[in-house]
Amino acid sequence: MESIGVLLACPMNSYLEQQLDKRFKLYRFWTVPDKSSFLASHKDSIQAVVGNAAAGADAELIEALPKLEIVASFSVGLDKIDLTKCKEKGIRVTNTPDVLTEDVADLAIGLMLAVLRKLCESDRYVRSGKWKRGDYVLTTKFTGKKVGIIGLGRIGMAIAKRAEAFSCPISYYSRTEKPEIKYKYYPSVVELAAHCDILVVACPLTKETHHIINREVINAMGPKGVLINIGRGPHVDEPELVSALVERRLGGAGLDVFENEPYVPEELFGLDNVVLLPHVGSGTVETRQAMADLVIGNLEAHFQKKPLLTPVV
Amino acid sequence: MAAEDQSQTSQSDLPYVLILKPPPSFVLFGDHFFHSPNFQYLKAYESPLPLPHFLHTHAQSVQALLSSGGAPVTADTIRLLPRLGLVVTTSQGLNHIDLSECRRRGIAVAGAGTIFSADCADSAVGLLIDVLRKISAANRYVKQGLWSSQGIYPLGYKLGGKHVGIVGLGSIGTEVAKRLEPFGCSISYNSRSKKPLVPYTFYPNVVELAANCDALIICCALTDETHHLISKEALLALGKDGVIINIARGPIIDEKELVHCLVKGEIRGAGLDVFEHEPDVPVELFALDNVVMSPHNAVFTRESFDDLCKLVVGNLEAFFSNEPLLTPVALDDLPHFSGRKD
Repeated sequence: MESIGVLLACPMNSYLEQQLDKRFKLYRFWTVPDKSSFLASHKDSIQAVVGNAAAGADAELIEALPKLEIVASFSVGLDKIDLTKCKEKGIRVTNTPDVLTEDVADLAIGLMLAVLRKLCESDRYVRSGKWKRGDYVLTTKFTGKKVGIIGLGRIGMAIAKRAEAFSCPISYYSRTEKPEIKYKYYPSVVELAAHCDILVVACPLTKETHHIINREVINAMGPKGVLINIGRGPHVDEPELVSALVERRLGGAGLDVFENEPYVPEELFGLDNVVLLPHVGSGTVETRQAMADLVIGNLEAHFQKKPLLTPVV
Repeated sequence: MAAEDQSQTSQSDLPYVLILKPPPSFVLFGDHFFHSPNFQYLKAYESPLPLPHFLHTHAQSVQALLSSGGAPVTADTIRLLPRLGLVVTTSQGLNHIDLSECRRRGIAVAGAGTIFSADCADSAVGLLIDVLRKISAANRYVKQGLWSSQGIYPLGYKLGGKHVGIVGLGSIGTEVAKRLEPFGCSISYNSRSKKPLVPYTFYPNVVELAANCDALIICCALTDETHHLISKEALLALGKDGVIINIARGPIIDEKELVHCLVKGEIRGAGLDVFEHEPDVPVELFALDNVVMSPHNAVFTRESFDDLCKLVVGNLEAFFSNEPLLTPVALDDLPHFSGRKD
């Protein structure tokens, strides 16, 4: 398979890069001086694209690669891939579901605890060397808080299961109500927001869910509400969120994703009720290895004409 | 407030509760926090008299004492209060009270019961996730503008599937275990004795527990037996992939050895709410990204303070009406407490 051309959209994982390099003819897209001339000269060699949450295969790229057979994403999210175009052209698409569910859910709970219990602020305070007798940092209890989940898929359910162990009542919004689920359903995000203390975004990013957290939802959450986003940056109207946090119209936020990564609104840097992470939802040694193995496994299966491990299209 | 409405004579009829130092709640919320119309407070810290003199002056009036972690109740203090019948503490820990002397004198002790268990457990789990997933460190990274300039942040470690060892499976330890189960952690523990109906693996000593787990969570009381329980041996047994979380008392861990292990990479990381000599924290820890620290505030939530207020007032009112205490501490099965201050 060493002659099969694989285009790696951006740097994502050195183990994955090594493995791709060993097995295929690897092209590192971010190192080419001129992307369009590179595509023009290599269009007949590239049969696979490996993308992630940051970069995938849009219509333009797909059109530029007539020999493209498979897009394997190093993510579970598919928002950077033009799925319609892939279906049209018979291009296979794979992602990395299940292996990262636990890590993302763990991080969501970690963010809730970090915001409510001011873990980062407390650490900053001790680390400053200024802790003296009689100084107390007061925080908000997490146990028993109402958790509202947008999107009750694998990750949403995993978050619910964890939050339940903290006696958190769970409610959710989903495109359709799930009758077999015992959690309380709300038919709109605004209603969900009005009835929970902590709102978590855990749904896929699509045209419908773009800016699903908007001013109306933020107003419904209120000055004690806390937003946790482990989905995609564009789920949130970021300027609205920033002004709500700066003006203290919203109680706090734990954000792993942003509209324009790696750029994060600097107005958030000084807020002690906001925790900001550099898109590390699945960022553990163990899980990134499992994700990389799935990408390699899917590519090998495809080129060996065996069934794909985790096909989407 | 009711007290202001009472006349001078009925005010002086109210029984006295002695307070040696202002508890954290007074500092945070004001000194009416534990108010009751049924008793009044005698604040030793507001008197210019040296404490022994003050106690001597008021010895016959004091039947109850309200203590907090930073205000130890020593045998010397107790001996100056011949009418003392009750010590109420606002803290979870009891290591600052000479319980043997209380037992000897027939003085009842009322503790926090289980009102702080949820918050303590939440802190422990929060610190564990923070250390493994580098939440505080990554938050610092982003807020310093380094994500856009320096790029991808180093990977953390998965919590799912980890073996977690709980040191002390009391109310707090049990709440920690309950929370970690849906994360896919397997739970084991060490306690003074094996608990028969518990589904977790018991290890008879802490070194064996450490050798068999990826994360140790300290949830036990500080006693003479548990002082420096987490020794160099236990830390080395925990190993290079091991993490330790302490939301109990600083002196349960040999802090010098802990710092050494962290600096040398002999363990993976630590989450610490408590230290041997608070508020002094070893400065070597300030440079480490694999350590998350908090200023002994695992129970400092508004909600817990509200619960504490009801409990403290409830215990004192019960005592003064000769009713059973809400959260009496059993003094007949004491481990060896030398009343050492934490």
